[in-house]
Amino acid sequence: MIYFILIIFLLLLMIGAAIYAVNQKDLLYAVIATGIISLILSILFYLLQAPDVALTEAAIGVALTTIIFIITIRNTVRYEEEEKTKFKSEVK
Amino acid sequence: MKKVLIILLLAVVGYFTASTFFDIGFGQQPFVEGVKPVKDVYLDKTVSTLKVANTVTSIVVNFRGFDTLGEVTVLFLAVTALGSILYKKRHQVGERSVLFSASKIVTSGSKLLFPAIVLLGAYVFIHGHLSPGGGFQGGVIIATGFLLMLLAYENFSVGHTGLSIIESLAGITFAGVGLLGMINGGTFLENFLPTGVLNDLFSGGVIPIIYIAVGFKVTAELTGVIYTVLH
Amino acid sequence: MDNTLFEYLDYAVYGTAILVMAIGLYGALVKKSLLKIVIGLSIIDSGLNFLIVALNYYKGGTAPIFSQGYLDGSTKLMVDPVPQALVLTAIVIGFGVTAVALSLVIRLYRHHHTLNIDQIKDLKW
Repeated sequence: MIYFILIIFLLLLMIGAAIYAVNQKDLLYAVIATGIISLILSILFYLLQAPDVALTEAAIGVALTTIIFIITIRNTVRYEEEEKTKFKSEVK
Repeated sequence: MKKVLIILLLAVVGYFTASTFFDIGFGQQPFVEGVKPVKDVYLDKTVSTLKVANTVTSIVVNFRGFDTLGEVTVLFLAVTALGSILYKKRHQVGERSVLFSASKIVTSGSKLLFPAIVLLGAYVFIHGHLSPGGGFQGGVIIATGFLLMLLAYENFSVGHTGLSIIESLAGITFAGVGLLGMINGGTFLENFLPTGVLNDLFSGGVIPIIYIAVGFKVTAELTGVIYTVLH
Repeated sequence: MDNTLFEYLDYAVYGTAILVMAIGLYGALVKKSLLKIVIGLSIIDSGLNFLIVALNYYKGGTAPIFSQGYLDGSTKLMVDPVPQALVLTAIVIGFGVTAVALSLVIRLYRHHHTLNIDQIKDLKW
């Protein structure tokens, strides 16, 4: 009974983190939400009786993917820009 | 207008895909009757012929070892492409030093943590055939330890030449063991060393040798990726 | 009581995996910033690996590792080990694809000084 409640809670948390990662304007928070998706996925792999896959996903998805995204954000912009191409459509 | 159309299209495709999976069911027996499934053959042969305790390791290295060779090649190609795209001119180095040392707690704590992380990673990829673990997992753990040291100190360098030599030697070991199996037995990547007792450290023929080579290669590659992107 | 609850778990697990893949695909099709598109591709990879491993779970099964020697008749209770070996390869290759895509994003930013795909297409004229 307790496993059922735990699994339903983890699945709802994963859907919430995915929606938050796609709709956020501040790019640093979107990258941290992607790391949270990988962490919840690692716990679910353990509950589905697959320990090798859980080790690999926890090491690669949380540590290395997040650090490469953050280095890219430091070399480029941080906020997602607004659309400034309104005047181009009037010229055509 | 475009957003509404895309949401509608994704909903229709998702509904028809999901209804196919709902018919299969979750947690049932394999859905083909009267035919002996492949997993029974693999589970029986692992203990009786190879004497290796971890089934996933024996599938990745011995029964489907050619796919692992292809994956190691794809990782090597990705690291080469990354290094050649991010080409940096030499006279732009002194513009703005973006690396600086962290605070006192991080520098003194990471000096204690680094040997423990390397020891844990080496333990994981040496005991790959006895407990959950293996070459990929141990290599990524050691690369995380190097990342911690690179972020804490500002003049910590690993030497680009040493990483290239370790990575090339590990790749040559993998292909060389396969060719030795072809000379002694009949096929590529065949097991030619004697297998010992179950649950022993030196059991399983060539499987520990191949996995140690893969562990070294993954460590060197991922450390090279992070070093290229940071500088 | 356990059997009826297990019926609902069937809809929840497969529905969540396909919903996460659909959200990632929506993010890769609609968004205008290049970094958001790469985040969407990474979310698609995670959802797909979850779907493959969840398809081969046997109720009451254990992990496929012989830690106490070979007991007779114990291979009937073990979970399928073949898709776990395939997903191990897929995770590593997904990380490699993400790393190469991000290096292309850095190179494009140095050339055009913007990350909006509308402005990058307009600079051709």
